[in-house]
Amino acid sequence: MASEVLTRLDPNSRAAAKGLSDLTIRNLFIIPTIAFLIIFNIFPLLYSLGYSFTDFRASTNAPANFVGLQNYRDLLNDPFIWKNFSITAKYVLISVTGQVIVGFGLAMLLNRAIPAKGLITTLLLLPMMLSMAVVGLFWKLLYDPNFGIINYFLGLGKFEWLADPDMALWAIAIVDIWMWSPFVMLLSLAGLSAVPKHLYEAAEIDRAGNFYTFFRITLPLVAPILMIAIIFRTMEAFKTFDLAFVLSSQPTTELIAIRLYKMAFQEWQTGMSSALAYIVLIMVVAITNIYVKYLNKVKAR
Amino acid sequence: MAGVRTSREKWTNRTAIAAVFVALLIMLTPIYWIAATAFKPRNLATTIPPTVVFTPEVSPFVKLFTKRSQLRDQPSQEEYDAAPWWEQMVFDGGEKVVRNRKSGKVRSSGYGDRFKNSLIISIISTVLAVSMGTLTAYGFSRFKVKGEDDWLFFILSTRMLPPVVVAIPMFLMYRVVGLNDTHMGLIILYTAFNLSFAVWIMKGFIDEIPKEYEEAALVDGYTRMQAFFKVVLPEALTGMAATAVFCFITAWNEYAFALIMTNRRAQTAPPYIPSQIGSGLPDWTVIAAGTLLFLIPVAIFTFILRNHLLRGMSFGAIRK
Repeated sequence: MASEVLTRLDPNSRAAAKGLSDLTIRNLFIIPTIAFLIIFNIFPLLYSLGYSFTDFRASTNAPANFVGLQNYRDLLNDPFIWKNFSITAKYVLISVTGQVIVGFGLAMLLNRAIPAKGLITTLLLLPMMLSMAVVGLFWKLLYDPNFGIINYFLGLGKFEWLADPDMALWAIAIVDIWMWSPFVMLLSLAGLSAVPKHLYEAAEIDRAGNFYTFFRITLPLVAPILMIAIIFRTMEAFKTFDLAFVLSSQPTTELIAIRLYKMAFQEWQTGMSSALAYIVLIMVVAITNIYVKYLNKVKAR
Repeated sequence: MAGVRTSREKWTNRTAIAAVFVALLIMLTPIYWIAATAFKPRNLATTIPPTVVFTPEVSPFVKLFTKRSQLRDQPSQEEYDAAPWWEQMVFDGGEKVVRNRKSGKVRSSGYGDRFKNSLIISIISTVLAVSMGTLTAYGFSRFKVKGEDDWLFFILSTRMLPPVVVAIPMFLMYRVVGLNDTHMGLIILYTAFNLSFAVWIMKGFIDEIPKEYEEAALVDGYTRMQAFFKVVLPEALTGMAATAVFCFITAWNEYAFALIMTNRRAQTAPPYIPSQIGSGLPDWTVIAAGTLLFLIPVAIFTFILRNHLLRGMSFGAIRK
């Protein structure tokens, strides 16, 4: 980089003449981080990009053969992979919708004078601080058809939450909703508390109904922050691995991350799985771009 | 509000309070159930109707740290003396185990080691991520960097990748350099993972520290480095603490990398606890005990963090 004057502070100050130059300090502070991230993120990705064009298997010592785009072609023609993607899409839709409804609902309830509000909010945040894998495991006990407390309290008898192929994905999504609604709640609360009080007072003077107040004042003003929560959760749900991996091994709950894990570390199709990783990567980058676009839009307000 | 409080308004408020408490009850029941199960005798863990009143036991915790199948063999005095203090504590931990130490061998289960691994890896990677993140955030906040937004986006983007995607090349690379199943391997991964987050949160915090503070220090004859360490850093400490807790929670709870990259020596608790469930009837009291112990650090941090949560989670998108 050019050795221009980099400080925004007065470059003619006495300090600029003493000690390390601002340029040195900047480089000292920034370059190690960038280098570290390149070595441990970009370099491995290039490494696996190479493998994605081969038939390499990490479980054998056989040398990797270059197969060109064959892996990508096979994957994109594989109906099972598309099945994994559609399961993932369904899962994302169910869990994010659930989180928005529960989280925003909780925020609406909490956005008023309620005794011990701080304590309640903190307690409600607890689920999202916990390990998905460890807590997910425990939900297996809660879901157990014979002695789980969920069936007991809901009076469902011996309902098979995780063994039922149609229900298993919902069961995982319910745990995800339980864990991450607090996140949506937290952001929504911030949005709600930022709505100027005088708007409500004006609406009251105009004798506006609750319905009108909600859709014309509350929702539009909270929407940007709610959008952040939605996009954040969409990306996280898309990546879900631990929860589904620990809770269920149904074909109907095989999210794309699980398929990828199995392909790479159980079937040891290293080359093929690298190619799949790249397909997933492109999708994530696409979603990320949407996220950053919205983030900037919100920040610009 | 300006309006007169009507009885209808009061009623709505009461309904809302009731609804909040119902929600609280639903949200906390699973956590309460983990805690309760951790203190139950085994035969009461899986009863229907669920057992609510019982005499609490510590035996699940004792069993958690010891392998039941190996309780019968005697540990020699040398073995006991050679064991690290946390295992000795477990040897002496409960009546059943102490008795078995006289009549039979007590070997530690993997849990103690896994818990220790979790602590080592989470703490070191947190310290690294926060210190590097703070410096980098300062660099971006106070100096001109060409393509600053692009660099910041690049930094953030490293966190957007699904862990499993990154895990494949990392696994291959680690195999070449011998970092698989080492503490260092996971520390590096978690540091890289948390660093992006640390930079983004810390930039939000440092941007809000007035530049005038440093200018005043520079006028007083401080060098830029001195100004950073003596003026900016103390101001940034709360932000660093909040960032540290976030990084710690992420590293502490991480599952996918730990599952793939570790085996025995450096394995953390998140992949270990589920692996213990195996086939047959699992002892849920032991699993609950392991889970509960694992949740405690995070629960404490959540409490400490409660006022900082919002800013950290929103990447500075929300300014108060």
